[in-house]
This record gives sequence, C-alpha cells and structure tokens, in this order.
Amino acid sequence: MKNLTDITDKVKKNLIWKSIFRRDYRNTVRDRAMAVFGNVFLHLHPVQVRESAVKLRFTWGMGGITFFAFIILVITGVVLMFYYHPSVDQAYTDIKDLEFQVPYGVILRNLHRWGAHFMVIVVMIHMFRVFMTGSYKAPRQFNWGIGVFLLVLTFLLSFTGYLTPWDQLGFWAITVGTNMGAATPLLGYQGPFSELLHITPYNDVRFALLGGAQVAGNALLRSYIWHCVAIPLVATILMLVHFWRVRKDGGISKPQK
Amino acid sequence: MNPFIEIITQPDNIAIVIMIFMVSFFMVWAFQQAFQNDRLIASGLPVEGENDGFVDTFKPLVRIELIIALVVMVGLTIWSIAVDAPLEEIANPTITPNPAKAPWYFLGLQELLVYFDPWLAGVVLPSLIVVGLLAIPYIDINPKGNGYYTFSERKYAIIIFSFGFFVLWLLLIVIGVFFRGPGWLWYWPWQEWDHARVVYEPTKDLTSIIGIDSRSIPGIIIGGIVVLSYLVGGMVAPYLYWKKNNPELLKQLGMVRYITITFLFVTMMAIPIKMILRLVFLVKYVWIIPWFGGINF
Repeated sequence: MKNLTDITDKVKKNLIWKSIFRRDYRNTVRDRAMAVFGNVFLHLHPVQVRESAVKLRFTWGMGGITFFAFIILVITGVVLMFYYHPSVDQAYTDIKDLEFQVPYGVILRNLHRWGAHFMVIVVMIHMFRVFMTGSYKAPRQFNWGIGVFLLVLTFLLSFTGYLTPWDQLGFWAITVGTNMGAATPLLGYQGPFSELLHITPYNDVRFALLGGAQVAGNALLRSYIWHCVAIPLVATILMLVHFWRVRKDGGISKPQK
Repeated sequence: MNPFIEIITQPDNIAIVIMIFMVSFFMVWAFQQAFQNDRLIASGLPVEGENDGFVDTFKPLVRIELIIALVVMVGLTIWSIAVDAPLEEIANPTITPNPAKAPWYFLGLQELLVYFDPWLAGVVLPSLIVVGLLAIPYIDINPKGNGYYTFSERKYAIIIFSFGFFVLWLLLIVIGVFFRGPGWLWYWPWQEWDHARVVYEPTKDLTSIIGIDSRSIPGIIIGGIVVLSYLVGGMVAPYLYWKKNNPELLKQLGMVRYITITFLFVTMMAIPIKMILRLVFLVKYVWIIPWFGGINF
C-alpha cells in the first residue's frame, strides 16, 4: 500500500462496506439530503430546516436535551436492571452491591440519578421556552398538549424510580406521595364523598397504586414495572407523536405575523 | 458545618441549586430576547428570525446536536464522578423521618398542604394545573407572538404564566427544599434544625374572627357566601369590565373560553390569597362544610 487512498480504497471497495454504506458521500446537495433520509435515525429530521432550528438562542436545544437525557436514562437503566431484584429482601442489598461490588456501579447509579434530576429540570425549561416563543399557537396546539402529558410522565418516571432503592428516602417520599391518593374525592378513603361509594383503605386509589394498604413488596414491584416498562412505553409512543407533529406542523416555529 | 452550606451541598439538593441557576439564566435570556424583539417591533423592523431561510440538516443541525449531546454527556459524567448518589438506611416503616418530604419537584404541592386540605392540595389543584396547561393553546386567542420572543404583544399571558411557573411552582419547591425543617416548620438556611421545636399558632377559621362558630349553620352560610362570592365575583367582574371597555374581546372569546379562563385564573389566584390569609391572618379555613367527609376551603 503506497499511500492513504490505497488504504481507503481497500476499506471501501469491498462487498461488506458497500452493503452497509450504500453510496459515497461527496458533499453535494443530493448527498447531504441522502445523508438524512437514508439514515433511519436522522430521518426524524427533514432534509432542510429553518435557520431558527439551528439557533441556540432561539430553542436553547432544550427539547433535544430532554430527549438525550431520556436516552441516557434508558441505557443506564437497562444496565442497572441487570443488577437489581425488585423484592424487599434484595433491592437494598443490590444497591449496596452496586456501590461496593459492581465495576463502575457507583458511577452507573450516579449517572441514572443525576440524569433523572437533569431531565426533570430541562423538560420544565423546554416548556418555558415553548411558552415564551408562543410556539403552542396555531398550528401547534395539539403538540403542546402531547408535551404536557410528556411533562407529567417525566415526573411520574422519576417518582416511580424513587422507591426502587428501598431506602428511607424513597420509602417515605412514596408514602407521602401516595397518601395524597387517599385524599382523592370519591375514590380515596380519606377524600370527600368517598363514604357514598363505600370506599375503604382496602379498595381506594391508594390501594391500587400500592397493591396493598401500605408501602410494601407489592408497591415495590408495581413501582418497578411502572418505572421500567409501562411509563417508558407510553412515553416513547408519545415522544414519537411529539416529534412527528413537530415536523408535520411545519418544523421549529418561526415568526408568523 | 454551617447549616446553610450543609443543606445546599446535600447531594440531591445540588440538583435544585443547578435548577435555580439554569432557570434564572434562561429566564433572563428569554426576557432579554423578548425586550429586544419588542424594540424591533416598536421601530417597525422585522423580529429576530422573521426573514430566516432554510439550511441543510446535514451538517449544520446534526453538528449542533452532536456538540450539545457531547457537552451534556461530559457534564453529567463530571457530576456523576464528583457527587455520589446518596443511599439512606434501609426502608423502615417504624421510623418516620421528620420532615418526610416528597420528591423535590412535588414539594410545591406538599407546601400547599400548609394552606389547603390534601384533597385540594394533592389532587384537585395538581389536576387543574394539568388541565390549565392543556387549555393554554385553546384559551389564548391572541394571534400575535407566534414563533418569536416578545413581551409587549402578549403581556397578560406571559405575566400569568410566569407567576404560575416561577412563583407558585418553582419558588414553592425552593421553599420546600431549603426552608422547611422538622414538623414542616420554617427554618432559615442558617438556623439549626430543632426537632423539639414547637410553634403554637392560634389559627382560626374566618368566621371565628368575627365570633361566629365556623361549624355552626350561620358560620357555614357566611363562609359559603365568602367563597362563592369570590368565585362568582371573580368570574363576573372581568365580564362587566370588558363589556364596557372591550366588548369586541368578549365576542371573540365566546362563553366557553371566557368561563374556562376566568375559572382557572380565579382558582390560581386563590392560592396566594389563601397563603396570605393563613400566614398573615392565621386563618385556617374560610369555609367549612362538615358533611360528606369534610370539604373545607
């Protein structure tokens, strides 16, 4: 091999390379477009976007950062699941193991914890930005609504994750939080009108949330399933709709006067 | 250690400190851009971005996404190396921590428990927040300020939203995190938490102040009149005002929108009003309905 082009030729001009990358990239208009719609991940984007979409001062990148935080949380979360049993006997010691036995277990858990706080912060700032630029106005009203549900789901994702280490902090945070459920009008045993429906601590909203009358093994299992499977599933579907509608409603908003 | 330093350097509270800085930064940035655009509008010039064209996604947008992703990843990694997530003692139903706090983003709602019964603070008001947020695009019929920062073109929308977001949501969270100690009593950050401290606040119900038992029939009637006249008055007053000064606006809004807006606004303002009543005048309840398991406002 005499020079660099020979090496690149060797790498590129074979069946394997060509089967992965369908064509060369030459920085032409056509190739820049192909780079986007020929790629399953990038094709969430249109081939061209408004200038406002690349201006950091306009969007602050907050929606994208929220999504990126979600991805980090999914990845670290999946790895954490390899080391965790959602049972009262094992949950706490699993977290201890993460601290003392699992290689990089501490940083793994830290990333998940701080990533979660971070996502809650940036999703709120994203909502503030969308409000301040009036981007919920026509034709984007529906997508604002999807965003509100995603905001609530972000809170619920974090909330359900609180209990999983089975320590005092999570246990009492969940106790305080779910006690609110007991106060639901009609459906919580301490709420107004609940006597009319014969609601007791054993058949009210709180019971349904905890899978019991107090925070115990069933509550741990339920919060685990909500946290790792059910809410991420719903959130992912809503995110798809959210991103899809950003495009269908005309991309990142621009001044309409 | 100084209790103030101790409280803000608790691992989970570092997130709240980061939030305070980030939110303040972006609040200033948003309003700075809004005022900048307002000046442009006032002098008849196009606002920032009005004449924007298109750019390729690949690479300008993809590049900036990659850079942001890297910055976020590096930042989170540094945070994770520097600060370890706490793990407290194993869960023990027989030892109740004091104070027992909800997750930080719900502390604003927990703070409301000082002023409202749980069914209001924990269920009805949060539901109304969600409903109110969902309603925003449909009740805000102002066509201006679509797609750019501005303050002058949508003053009321921005003032109301900012009050809800910064004061009723974020400020109450900060109070819940940094200023509430054992017994949910107020502690300044430089005060040591004292678990034996008891504060006796001789709270009264509104009608008790004028000597009428709030649980007696006259007390219930008076309380009801106060609450309902606030609600109805608050919803009718803008109608009377606009009918005289801006009948066009009423026509544009229509009945359903008008009722939604005024109901949400009156309910939202009931929160600071009740807080002042409770904190300044030591009023516990304005209206007590002793039946149906107790519906107290």
